[in-house]
Amino acid sequence: MTGTNPTVAPSDSNGALATPVPSSAPGGLVKSVVELDRVVIRLAGDSGDGMQLTGNRFTSETASFGNDLKTLPNFPAEIRAPTGTLPGVSSFQLQFADHDVMTPGDAPDVLVAMNPAALKANLSELPGGGLLIVDSDEFTPRNLAKVGYATNPLEDGSLEGWQTVSVPLTSMTLEALADSGLGKKEAERSKNMFTLGLLSWMYHRPTEGTIRFLERQFRRKPEIAAANIAAFRAGYNYGDTTEAFAVSYEIKPAPMKPGRYRNISGNQALALGLVAAGQRSGLPVFLGAYPITPASDILHELSRHKAFGVRTFQAEDEIAGIGAALGASFGGALGITTTSGPGVSLKSEALGLAVMTELPLVVVDVQRGGPSTGLPTKTEQSDLLQAMFGRNGEAPVPVIAPRSPGDCFDAAVEAARIALTYRTPVMLLSDGYLANGAEPWAIPDADSLPDLTSAVAFATEPNGSAPDGTPEFLPYLRDPETLARAWAIPGTAGMQHRIGGLEKADKTGNISYDPANHDFMTRTRQAKIDGIAASIPPTDVDDPDGDARVAVIGWGSTYGPIGAAARRIRSSGRKVAQIHLRHINPFPADLGEVLARYDRVICPEMNLGQLSLLLRAKYLVDVQSHTQVRGLPFRAAELAAVIQDAIDTVQPAAVDHAVANGAQQ
Amino acid sequence: MTTVELGMPDAPTPIDAAIARSLEQHGPKVTELKGKDFKTDQEVRWCPGCGDYVILNAVQSFLPSLGIAREDMVIVSGIGCSSRFPYYMNTFGMHSIHGRAPAIATGLAAARPDLSVWVVTGDGDALSIGGNHLIHALRRNVNMTILLFNNRIYGLTKGQYSPTSEVGKVTKSTPMGSLDHPFNPVSLAIGADATFVGRAMDSDRKGLTEVLRQAAEHQGTSLVEIYQNCNIFNDGAFELLKDPATGPMWTIPLEDGKPLVFGPDGASCVVRDDFGGLRIAETNQVDASQIVVHDASREDPSYAFALSRLSSQDLRYTPMGVFRKVQKPSYEAMMSEQLDEARLQGPGDLDALLAGGDTWEVTA
Ligand SMILES: Cc1ncc(C[n+]2csc(CCOP(=O)(O)OP(=O)(O)O)c2C)c(N)n1
Ligand code: SF4
Ligand SMILES: [Mg+2]
Repeated sequence: MTGTNPTVAPSDSNGALATPVPSSAPGGLVKSVVELDRVVIRLAGDSGDGMQLTGNRFTSETASFGNDLKTLPNFPAEIRAPTGTLPGVSSFQLQFADHDVMTPGDAPDVLVAMNPAALKANLSELPGGGLLIVDSDEFTPRNLAKVGYATNPLEDGSLEGWQTVSVPLTSMTLEALADSGLGKKEAERSKNMFTLGLLSWMYHRPTEGTIRFLERQFRRKPEIAAANIAAFRAGYNYGDTTEAFAVSYEIKPAPMKPGRYRNISGNQALALGLVAAGQRSGLPVFLGAYPITPASDILHELSRHKAFGVRTFQAEDEIAGIGAALGASFGGALGITTTSGPGVSLKSEALGLAVMTELPLVVVDVQRGGPSTGLPTKTEQSDLLQAMFGRNGEAPVPVIAPRSPGDCFDAAVEAARIALTYRTPVMLLSDGYLANGAEPWAIPDADSLPDLTSAVAFATEPNGSAPDGTPEFLPYLRDPETLARAWAIPGTAGMQHRIGGLEKADKTGNISYDPANHDFMTRTRQAKIDGIAASIPPTDVDDPDGDARVAVIGWGSTYGPIGAAARRIRSSGRKVAQIHLRHINPFPADLGEVLARYDRVICPEMNLGQLSLLLRAKYLVDVQSHTQVRGLPFRAAELAAVIQDAIDTVQPAAVDHAVANGAQQ
Repeated sequence: MTTVELGMPDAPTPIDAAIARSLEQHGPKVTELKGKDFKTDQEVRWCPGCGDYVILNAVQSFLPSLGIAREDMVIVSGIGCSSRFPYYMNTFGMHSIHGRAPAIATGLAAARPDLSVWVVTGDGDALSIGGNHLIHALRRNVNMTILLFNNRIYGLTKGQYSPTSEVGKVTKSTPMGSLDHPFNPVSLAIGADATFVGRAMDSDRKGLTEVLRQAAEHQGTSLVEIYQNCNIFNDGAFELLKDPATGPMWTIPLEDGKPLVFGPDGASCVVRDDFGGLRIAETNQVDASQIVVHDASREDPSYAFALSRLSSQDLRYTPMGVFRKVQKPSYEAMMSEQLDEARLQGPGDLDALLAGGDTWEVTA
């Protein structure tokens, strides 16, 4: 049952270069090094075990080593569900490789289970033969009973199908910290760092970053810092010397475009994008927000950047959050509000006011599972139709979405560009997967970012005249090209005017109940949003040979899984076009034409077909909707199977070997 | 392309630039305006005889004395008859959505501490749908002046009872009389730790102007409850206090430093009760030393609160004037201080921010 020599390379071993290279470890132990092209690791433990921190540290080490990577944190909504229970299991998965990776991996090659609950919750996803590392100390009768194990799986033979290494992680950590002066409970908490040390040895990760991190993190508690560092080193040395692990793995850095890189999560990137948008537009950033998972980190991050003139306001509720942001926009700031689905529901009325007053505003919705409170910590794309239509009246709002954690930065800048240029609220739809997931990010040069200053031309002089000829400011006089209205801010002499939610008369902005005016203004507001299409690039189609007959279209965080599926399809000799939308409202101007070229259009979404509905309605294309709402991203293999089916139906037997399980991603 | 720095003293933001331009054009901001300069060309659309007219006139004629330029004033309102107010004022204005004006004004005042921000709201707007925003604005002490037009009815929606209507009020929505107990807006505001709370009567130009002036000059959130007659749906709601025959009997004028003696011939007064609160007494039944001398600046809100509790739902014993006026740093001033502190080491460097801590270099 307890394997001692897990030399088996990751389960999905296409392309893995399994060439053991013997090396000598201290003590004369002969250890070998196996080179792999990619690995998927999942760390699972109790919510209190610090798996997210461990995963994030491993990610940072891996990023700085130069592998490409994607991560998938997966944790319960409860801060501390009862210890040792299934609902309390928290996990962190990452895939890293010597080439570019698009997803955190469908299934782990290596599973670390810190207790019986973590084993039970995750084992079914570890493919046969995969490497399983468990903390044997936690497999006590009491813990086993908590999750309904009648016998100890470490002893009853039920783990025979896997390369199981059972390690007393807890007691070894305690041993390592025997002289630390810490009590047992406290010392035990360092077992995640022991585990991290072990993994760092196994995968040849650089360790200095973690040591520096621990010193920084526990600056004020040097004894805790020292204990964690000691546990980390002990874990590393244990790997180096133990017979339990005879093999370590090497994954070469991935070729990346030259430049400086950092590791970044979606929420971080989004926050930095907003700061950058402020700097590049010359406007002070004002964020009004009410805490909500998984959006709160944007508020946390922005509140740290006061040196950039960023003002953050933690409001009494989501309505006040957007209200304050809109008030700030009226005053000439870049108003922003960040939230998740339930918060968007509360903001609807104020969003309508922003549409009517035609003020710039960025509304960030980090989507989570719904409806209602739904699945707060899980991902979903089910707010698209809410973003599009969730307001009374004809209230069009531009909608854009980032496709990866790093892309949240560019999406934020783009949202600000549209909001400022067109004087409109903009919906930016991120999601839980992007928000918490991380990837290496090529750090842009601040000077190379879009210059948004021209989008901010405050009106300072009258732009019209009253019937009697006196010069007058007309707040609803529009730029003929963008249809953006004139924006004059308080403090500008002679430009006093009133705006509000009542229908506006064309040009003057006075209250108007005139039927023809309302019809005109409603159409004009719509035309303004539709006209944004003129400022966005044509549809970007990824079809290497240009002759695919099936296209897959997606938006938001499904980019990675769809891209990975497309690779599998292509490596099987089939052809597929991938289209991934940044702009959902308005769509790129040529999208209808592009879609009409294909015999079949497939649209995978983490909802019940919201983009499909829009595409069908707008272009009358018979979109094949493929949906899933499990609170987790799509698996590439599953998508590949769907695409393959479609291709083979359109072009029977063009290529006939299965692709769903092959090919690297 | 050049990097645009902003929010820094040496690199003006477009906002700073706009303000600077307006200063150049118009010189110092203390202007010599007349009341009529605050009027707009919009036709005022309240019902003839509505108390809102009187308040509008009072505000327009007293504003010039504050010396604030029109372009530096912003009036934000919610929804209701009273909330039409901004349309009639030649300042910047936003007629927003029901109940949310304090939130919108908070963002504006926080982003633009240089402005004079006002909120106009009704009893339904401020205390029903917007109750949450009101109490939070008050506790934060954002620099703004809130005028709460209390007509004890929903005017715009044609006469339903409001959160200040007396119990048993018969309206369209309460044919057998309303059941809910009303708020006393002054008590509510003091309970929320408001730093300035006053009350005035629409028809009392002098008293209203005096309270408004103090409210406008106060740094922080000021709340002024203005009793406003809705002659269509709740006519005569304040008649008890307005009628020269009964008014003096039930009105307690609040004047700083003066003993709280009121009523015909000063027959009534306010004294402390046995439980630390206040009660009404007959002046000739108590020793002069027992009569409370009004002091709006008391830190401890319990005095102002006790004053507000002298009133019953039927307005018997209504203190009018400034209940509470205490100094506390305002929200946006503290926010600006934090920004200044954060910039002590110089303005933010975007390149450094984007790079963050741990980076690595990939070479060709
Ligand atoms: C979200 C929303 N709900 C309801 C209304 C309808 N409504 C408009 S004004 C109002 C009550 C206004 O009462 P008050 O604030 O006392 O103002 P008054 O008209 O008495 O000045 C209501 C319920 C609305 N405009 N918006
Ligand atoms: S309904 Fe009442 S409050 Fe509204 S305008 Fe008419 S009189 Fe004034
Ligand atoms: Mg009212």
